[in-house]
Amino acid sequence: MRRIISGPAFALLAAFGLGAMAIWVSGGNPITSFGAMFAGAFGSGPTVAETLVKSVPLIITGLAVALGLRAGLFNIGVEGQLLVGGLCAAYVGYAVKLPAVVHLPLCIVCGMIGGAAWGLLPGFLRAKRGVHEVITTIMMNYIAFYLTHYLVTNPLKDATTMAPQTPEALSSAWLPAFGGLHAGILLALICLAGYAFVMGRGVFGYEVKVVGKAPDAARAAGISVTGTLVRAMLISGALAGLAGAVEVLGVHHKFYDQFSPGYGFDSIAVAFLGGGSALGTGLSALLFGALRNGAVGMQLATDTPREIVTIIQAIIIVMAGTKFVKNSSGSGGGADDPL
Amino acid sequence: MIHFDAELLNSTLRLATPLILAALGGVLCERSGVVNIALEGMMLAGAFFGMLGSYWTGNPWVGMLLGAAAGGAFGLVHAFLTQRMKLNHIVSGVALNIFALGLTTYLLRKLFMHAGGSPPVNGLPMWNLPGLGEQNPLTELALAGTLLMTPFLWRTPQGLRLRAVGENPEAALAAGIRVGRVRFAAVIAGGLLGGLSGVYLSLGQLNMFAEGMSGGRGFIALAAVIFGRWTPLGAAGAALFFGFFDALQMRLQGQTVGGVVIPSEFMLMLPYLLTIVALAGFAGKAVAPAALGNDEATASN
Repeated sequence: MRRIISGPAFALLAAFGLGAMAIWVSGGNPITSFGAMFAGAFGSGPTVAETLVKSVPLIITGLAVALGLRAGLFNIGVEGQLLVGGLCAAYVGYAVKLPAVVHLPLCIVCGMIGGAAWGLLPGFLRAKRGVHEVITTIMMNYIAFYLTHYLVTNPLKDATTMAPQTPEALSSAWLPAFGGLHAGILLALICLAGYAFVMGRGVFGYEVKVVGKAPDAARAAGISVTGTLVRAMLISGALAGLAGAVEVLGVHHKFYDQFSPGYGFDSIAVAFLGGGSALGTGLSALLFGALRNGAVGMQLATDTPREIVTIIQAIIIVMAGTKFVKNSSGSGGGADDPL
Repeated sequence: MIHFDAELLNSTLRLATPLILAALGGVLCERSGVVNIALEGMMLAGAFFGMLGSYWTGNPWVGMLLGAAAGGAFGLVHAFLTQRMKLNHIVSGVALNIFALGLTTYLLRKLFMHAGGSPPVNGLPMWNLPGLGEQNPLTELALAGTLLMTPFLWRTPQGLRLRAVGENPEAALAAGIRVGRVRFAAVIAGGLLGGLSGVYLSLGQLNMFAEGMSGGRGFIALAAVIFGRWTPLGAAGAALFFGFFDALQMRLQGQTVGGVVIPSEFMLMLPYLLTIVALAGFAGKAVAPAALGNDEATASN
């Protein structure tokens, strides 16, 4: 029974049930609302493509959060890392002239470096000084909001427009597009496969799991806990930065202020529901991509506001969250500052 | 040039009021051993339901009560999830913050057919107190709360119990203190204060509700709790300090200091930066309540 209650299917059922109740209590019709949502997500070729495009950053950021959780790190800073990564990619995209074979990979790598750099300080403080990463990553998010806002309204601003955005990236830095999709989906699939391989067979994945489950045992077995924590945080940040770069290079072709509709926060629910596995994360990212995309159509077709998805998301986090994070201070990696 | 005048002082007080209220709520909650990163959501809920109460009745005091109650309800849910359901405190806080954003924007669209903001509503009247001049009653409450909370926590049996539960719940349990009950009370009281801080935003400053209007202030309040080392005076002092920088960045917008324009973004970053520095400095020292985030003692009662 306990297994069922803490499983993802029950979490989904409870969240949609409560969401339907919320729609009904507020005077709407849950059946037509969810029907319109489904049509908005899968109703036609283009809407399916849009659902996939919306899922791409959620897959990558979902993996970022999942990797952290496996190591006993709760990276709430994905949003900030995504913004910094996106801005780095956009900058290299417009400021550097190179042939596409080199330019696009360079932009992607710069995005990943930017995201990793934003995760470095919280990772370092957690590993070396025991400062809980939750507070520092929240603070780093706000620093990233203000920093990117400053940069795109001042030194990196596109002078030809009033909008707070960078100049458009050169087309050599764009991710190839095809039929409403872009090549970011391939990158997301590579990330999923890489995550599955590293977590299933890789030495690093093994170290991450041991450090996350039993840091004292890891230490006794000669695994460097601090090294593993810093590396996990760097890779988590790099994935978040990659998601930002993919959004910038695949969808917008520039960085504009507040371009992320909160992928970094959606990713927490994606990772929780996904249960830490590659397959689970991929599926739950698809679900949230469909919800986010379908909600737009639902809001147009019915009088149910699209924020019902946000409410459902919060419930999923509560329902699926018990399984993931243990409830005593100092669990996982030995943070000695019990925030 | 910066002029330190009565107006700067006044706007510091105005901007610090919601931070002080929420930070005091955070101190109560975290002193009892419950991590509260849900202040942001409590604030947003308080702001929305404060507006709604005033919109429905035309009476801002009803709005204030409804907003406080909404914050308290969030506190109740946080206490229930963490103490009864044994959910990780941070996970519960994250979920409540997301829930508050979803709920308030959902209701805003549903009730007023439009995202962005509510219609204007009646705000709280100003009170004239000797020595303080015209102030919002919530500012006065924040200042009074700051002064009263220290004696409450250190000089009353209830305060002692609250801190005991946050420092060593097992010992508190052995001494006959009902750990779960104390934590429920502390978290709900913290939620009420968080709700009131939101009421100040919607009924004290703008006289309307705007989508996502807490805008990170709940996290600045959390920063003030940490920066103030989990003491009421320290947290309120840090909140005033952060409020002062907010007032200063508004004053300095577009102005030069010694020939240089200081971008307001960098001043807005300051609370967050300072908190990271403070946390790095605290590392290894016992400043936080010792049993913060620890629920082992409430497993049995």
